[in-house]
Amino acid sequence: MTSSPMINQQDGAEPVANTSLPLWKQDGAEPFLRIENVTKKFGEFTAVDNISLDIYKNELFCLLGGSGSGKSTLLRMLAGFETPTSGRILIDGVDMAGIQPWKRPVNMMFQSYALFPHLSVEENVAFGLKREGVARSEVKQRVAQMLDMVQLGHLGKRKPHQLSGGQRQRVALARSLVKRPKLLLLDEPLGALDKKLREETQFELINIQEELGVTFVVVTHDQEEAMTLATRIGVMNHGVIVQTAEPHDVYEYPNSRFVAEFIGSVNLFEGKVVEDEPDFVRIKSKEAGGHLYVNHGISCAPNQKVHVALRPEKIRIGKTNPGQNENCIKGIVEEIAYMGSLSVFRVRLESGKEVRVTQPNFARNMGERLTWNDEVFLSWDVDSSVVLTA
Amino acid sequence: MSIQTGSAWVDGSGSRLAKYNFLRSINWGRFAVLAVPSVWLAIFFFIPFLVVFKISLSETAIAVPPYSSLLEWDLEEAYVNLKINLGNYLFLFEDTFYLDAYLSSVKIASISTILTLIVAFPIAYLIARSSPSRRALLLSLVILPFWTSFLLRVYAWMGFLKKNGLVNETLLGLGIIDQPLTMLQTDFAVYIGIVYTYLPFMVLPLYSALEKMDMTLLEAAEDLGAKPATSFFLITVPMALPGIIAGCLLVFIPAVGEFVIPALLGGSDTLMIGRVLWDEFFLNRDWPMASAVAIVMLVVLVLPIMLIRNSQGKEEAV
Repeated sequence: MTSSPMINQQDGAEPVANTSLPLWKQDGAEPFLRIENVTKKFGEFTAVDNISLDIYKNELFCLLGGSGSGKSTLLRMLAGFETPTSGRILIDGVDMAGIQPWKRPVNMMFQSYALFPHLSVEENVAFGLKREGVARSEVKQRVAQMLDMVQLGHLGKRKPHQLSGGQRQRVALARSLVKRPKLLLLDEPLGALDKKLREETQFELINIQEELGVTFVVVTHDQEEAMTLATRIGVMNHGVIVQTAEPHDVYEYPNSRFVAEFIGSVNLFEGKVVEDEPDFVRIKSKEAGGHLYVNHGISCAPNQKVHVALRPEKIRIGKTNPGQNENCIKGIVEEIAYMGSLSVFRVRLESGKEVRVTQPNFARNMGERLTWNDEVFLSWDVDSSVVLTA
Repeated sequence: MSIQTGSAWVDGSGSRLAKYNFLRSINWGRFAVLAVPSVWLAIFFFIPFLVVFKISLSETAIAVPPYSSLLEWDLEEAYVNLKINLGNYLFLFEDTFYLDAYLSSVKIASISTILTLIVAFPIAYLIARSSPSRRALLLSLVILPFWTSFLLRVYAWMGFLKKNGLVNETLLGLGIIDQPLTMLQTDFAVYIGIVYTYLPFMVLPLYSALEKMDMTLLEAAEDLGAKPATSFFLITVPMALPGIIAGCLLVFIPAVGEFVIPALLGGSDTLMIGRVLWDEFFLNRDWPMASAVAIVMLVVLVLPIMLIRNSQGKEEAV
């Protein structure tokens, strides 16, 4: 992508303020896209429930959620295909109410790509520019530039049905970028691609985003896609954004059981708070068969029921007792799955609770080979787990 | 060694068998399916066509049937006399009456095809965009008129359009006009009749084309800055093109040769080839001339259809 031409954004991508902090962490930063108490109802069904969200310039924001979580409806409201039942959407400070899709400074890349089957690749990309009344010579030049950027310069005369899935996806991307939108909406952009192509395209998307300085809003149900692409992730469930955070924080510090379970896999231990100090909590968990220590305080009522979330890769597994007083439990290996780069163990605790543990396969031949029905010790550090009150 | 030859023999016979298998595996079911319509077309279309063509090359005669035969022979004198009369065809081009009738037919058929398209498109679009459960109902409503006699429905239009018919009475009653309009026995009435009669033939192919269309294409067009009217002409119409072509052919072809509608609704000056044909046949009893008119009409209709089909085939092959 390094040879690709640089395209000036319409409003000029101002360099981020001197601080190295991202915009969403700066006080008083102007959001580029502001979603204010937006609700969308279809009859009795509430698809989007009172969502407020600020997205900043040059962000690559991922709306992550399962099907029916309302993420696509939210995206369609940004594009103007749906009108909010209540609430406001402001793009660059302009209220979008009553502004039709063809007048918005927004372009969308559709999940199905929605390429016009009767037009060639070039004509597809040129479609938007021609509607704007751009001079013919400029249209030609910008289309060529854009097709070069997505490495399809040689296929301009083809019809969409003569292209592979990955090529179609790049045409769709070129078509949505050629008008230099302030805001680009992508609906499951990588959904139809195979794994290898996905990975390549993910990085390509990030490159394009950085190069053109467009603000991206991506909708996806694929947590891996969200993790690699996003500057921030908004996890959606039942029409509500459950958590908005950077990918790392969403994974390491989920704020609820839903987020913890939706992103990656997680072991949840139910328990009661026994001790709640500012810098640690002790939780009594029947499921874990003992006390669990977490090195961060929570604000909760004594004896409140909470869940301790523990990622499978943060657990150490071994036959010998690590001699650790806290966060060490015994169990029996029930199942082992060798997955190449890592092994997954399912360990049954005395309480009957099943714990998932993953270990990277450091050596080709592991010194201490674990097999079925081995008695093992599971242990983890005090900062590995998170207490979830919701 | 013997094993080798044995296996070679088996291989050889195997491939030979495969050849016969190909013959044996002629799909008799498929053959029968194709044979039935082929035989049907041969008996009821191709042979009559040859008969008509033969008659068109003969001369009128006061006889039964009223034309001379092409072949005359006498076995005793040992002669066979083939007499081909091209006079009918020459006369077709000499007398501008026939040319006028052809042109007028094509004109009336073209205008009514375009009118039918304009009326049918919104109907087809609406049906294609309504919920699947309502589609069946709406489609059956489109086909419903076929359940009553075509002739009866054209007569009903006479009742609507005549001087003291429903339309005139209503307009007079509303005070929109002072004098009853002359609508019956005009080209206008013929257009109405054709549009009304052939509407389902236009709606159905349009519907099937529009129903297949991906609606996100329209959203994509809007997203790229196309107003609804623009995306209609740039996206919807091209996507519906196969349906438009099929529907137009289905309306245009029978409309060119239409006889009943111009006879009942049209005026004496509504010149259409179907009526000319009727007059030649039944009033003048000039069977050869009538046959020549029919043959030329067929050629006039078949040529453009073949051209359209050819171009369509090429487009699909690209």
